[in-house]
Amino acid sequence: MSMNVKDTDSFEFTPENLEWTKTQFAKYPENRKESCVMPFLHRAQEQNNGWVSVPVMEYIADMLDMPYIRVHEVATFYSMYNLKPVGKHVIEVCTTTPCWLRGSDDVVRACQEELGIGFGETTEDGEYTLLEVECAGACVNAPVIAYKEEYYEDLSEDSTRAFIKEIKAGKTPAPGPQNGRFKSCPIGGPTTLKDRAPAGAEFGGGE
Amino acid sequence: MPTLTVDGVEVEVEPGTTVLQACEQAGVEIPRFCYHERLSIAGNCRMCLVEVTPGPPKPAASCALPAGDGMEVRTNTEKVKQYREGVMEFLLINHPLDCPICDQGGECDLQDQSMAYGEGASRYNEKRRIVKEKYMGPLIRTIMTRCIHCTRCVRFADEIAGVPSLGAIGRGENMQITTYNEQAFASEMAGNVVDLCPVGALTSKPYTFKARPWELKNTETIDVHDALGSNVRIDSRGKAVMRALPRIHEEVNEEWISDKTRHAVDGLAKNRLDRPYIKKDGKLQEATWEEAFGAIAAILQGVDGSQIAGIVGDLADAESMYAMKLLISSLGGSVECRQDGSKMGAKHRAGYLFNSGVAGIDEADAILLVGSNPRHESPVLNARIRQRWLTRECPVANVGPDVDLSYKVQQLGDSAAVLENILDGNNDFADVLSKAEKPMIILGQGALNRDDSLAIIKLAHDICEKYGGSGDWNGFNVLHTAASRVAALDMGLVTDGGIDGILDGAEKGDIKVVYNLGADELDTARLEKAFVIYQGSHGDEGVRHADVILPGVAYTEKPGTYLNTEGRVQVAQRAIFGPGEAREDWTIFRALSEVLGKTLEFDNIAQLRSKMHADYPQFATVDAKPNEPWAEFGVAGNVSNDGFTHTITDFWGSNPIARSSETMDECRAAMNGDNQTEGATGTDG
Repeated sequence: MSMNVKDTDSFEFTPENLEWTKTQFAKYPENRKESCVMPFLHRAQEQNNGWVSVPVMEYIADMLDMPYIRVHEVATFYSMYNLKPVGKHVIEVCTTTPCWLRGSDDVVRACQEELGIGFGETTEDGEYTLLEVECAGACVNAPVIAYKEEYYEDLSEDSTRAFIKEIKAGKTPAPGPQNGRFKSCPIGGPTTLKDRAPAGAEFGGGE
Repeated sequence: MPTLTVDGVEVEVEPGTTVLQACEQAGVEIPRFCYHERLSIAGNCRMCLVEVTPGPPKPAASCALPAGDGMEVRTNTEKVKQYREGVMEFLLINHPLDCPICDQGGECDLQDQSMAYGEGASRYNEKRRIVKEKYMGPLIRTIMTRCIHCTRCVRFADEIAGVPSLGAIGRGENMQITTYNEQAFASEMAGNVVDLCPVGALTSKPYTFKARPWELKNTETIDVHDALGSNVRIDSRGKAVMRALPRIHEEVNEEWISDKTRHAVDGLAKNRLDRPYIKKDGKLQEATWEEAFGAIAAILQGVDGSQIAGIVGDLADAESMYAMKLLISSLGGSVECRQDGSKMGAKHRAGYLFNSGVAGIDEADAILLVGSNPRHESPVLNARIRQRWLTRECPVANVGPDVDLSYKVQQLGDSAAVLENILDGNNDFADVLSKAEKPMIILGQGALNRDDSLAIIKLAHDICEKYGGSGDWNGFNVLHTAASRVAALDMGLVTDGGIDGILDGAEKGDIKVVYNLGADELDTARLEKAFVIYQGSHGDEGVRHADVILPGVAYTEKPGTYLNTEGRVQVAQRAIFGPGEAREDWTIFRALSEVLGKTLEFDNIAQLRSKMHADYPQFATVDAKPNEPWAEFGVAGNVSNDGFTHTITDFWGSNPIARSSETMDECRAAMNGDNQTEGATGTDG
């Protein structure tokens, strides 16, 4: 990821977001208002088509009386702030150890082949961005993709291809495990303590 | 007070002391990179690990651990040796082995400490990271692959310089130190980060590949670029000054110097006067010393003493001025030192010194600036005010133009009338002053070169008397801009008409001969009718209408006594010899006096000094802040409502040496926003 910052258009919060900033300011004492920097950056990223531009950082720095470099430090520290434009569909693939052990390499390959781009890249039409992320915190359902604030879990190469094809078709795939599993329950029903399964318990995907 | 043992040695330390400082008190050296006495504690290099009991059975970073009563600290065990070897191995993983081509080589903390505490070999075979060079301005060259992320430079920018434009972006292995948007680090003290950098990541750009530290002759001397009298070390090789570095003096410059002090030294090799000149047929022509002295002797015959005037420049040392005063007064003339038009009288020392002392700023609890922009007039002193301001115990107010001083000041208005209100109590800041135990009022030269300056001085004097604080605290301070000024005022080098009297007299023909000792900040066109003898080091404004030029040497080329703005006597040493036929200024006066038949009664500098010390005993007490008795000074009168004008309009070119310096030109351009003239970085493309 390039850390160079380049000038782009100016930025201002929408009136609704400006109204929302008041709720954040109210959380902290006046002389500690720098604490608002992370929620502000996040909200600004949402408003600014998914990325944090230089004018965004300077706008927020001015709002919070912070030196520009301090906001820049925060924005570059956290990988969830995108520092360059992203596509309409941001697909984040987890490749941390549990996902990797469970086959994230296949998932990555499927994504790259289907989209024709590598990590950190955006398709030429500006539609899709593929990102590699650190642990998404859903290791029990590894491997995992995060897309539009939902997790797509228990992926294989085939289910990943199907997932992307569905997005390309303009649909929103159903989130959750993609192998028929119910949440993080054992696939095919319980394997232990079978006699003690509470009445009416759902295990999904069973025979 | 906590008592602890360090390697079995018992030490008692102040509460709040860290274990690292306690170890130093016990005489044990702890290696460190990120820790620095004058910066906040970061604790991120981990080099200072020690064993501490009681406590968890793991290494403790001594720089960030407060010393506790009954602690047992061990620094010489096998475990500590392993800690250090481990940390050093990690630090060196990404550090290139380019010491032979690194400017830091030979004076590098990393090099020294890896020799002392490292393992000697690396087990690392994987890829190393490479970091792109960053633009940080004309003074700082960056080789960021060498950076070990101690963040000393970031903390310096935030805490000392007050220009928070440095930061660490990214994280983990991708962390990089940079300025915001790769703009120049816009501080007047930027060069200090080069000293702070414990590795070769930030090195001096003008000094790049110029010399190795072991080739240099080190001369401990005094700076003359402002009136603070920063203690410096001049490093020279052969006949060239290679660089200037700060020396530690807690009561003057701590361990900082301004960029002008550090980097104007390349001006010492340019535009130099290296032989005498005489104007013949309207043109300056090379001459011998005998011819030059002969021309002066010829012109002085038939000139009455009252028609001779001397002008002293900003960089003159006390010995030169003393010899000049003796010579000119033996001819019947008088000498003026206030070339900037200052009205400052020379009668009472308390009336023109920085009486509270530079170290007094650390105790002040209210500061009022009048007509001063300390950021340009003395950046290091300004940083000290900022340090005090940061404690929130010392509000700072300003009477004068609203300028960015790198800290927030209460802007009281740009009119001398504000002082009247403060004196009458009709101002918010009057309350602050009256509550303060140790208030300071700092008069800049901008308050002293006006028609109503004597009335302003009187107002400041009365404010000090009314709100003077307690005990023997003297809150009246004058921040001079000329290194020569205090010594000159001590010697009474003032005339009734001031500099304007001399310039007017020269225009009218009342003054026939002007002897100019290095004064280049005045309009010499007004001296055109007079016979002008210019004695100085650089071909600058002063030589433009000169009839005879006598080449003197610059401050690095002569021993000399300087009194800083506090009146502290400091003695500078010769680092190199002057170019060509340039001579030490006092010897020129001595030689000329013989030609004129008014031989001065000294043959060497020791004789001169003992005579000078007999006339002015205060010059004999070296390196002590004088405590002058309070006196009546200033003249009551009306003050005008005109705004103040700061005298240093161009920090980067305030004297002939700085104006000759290409580095200063580059700094000025960078500060004016002409960033990145040489392209973003050295490795683009």
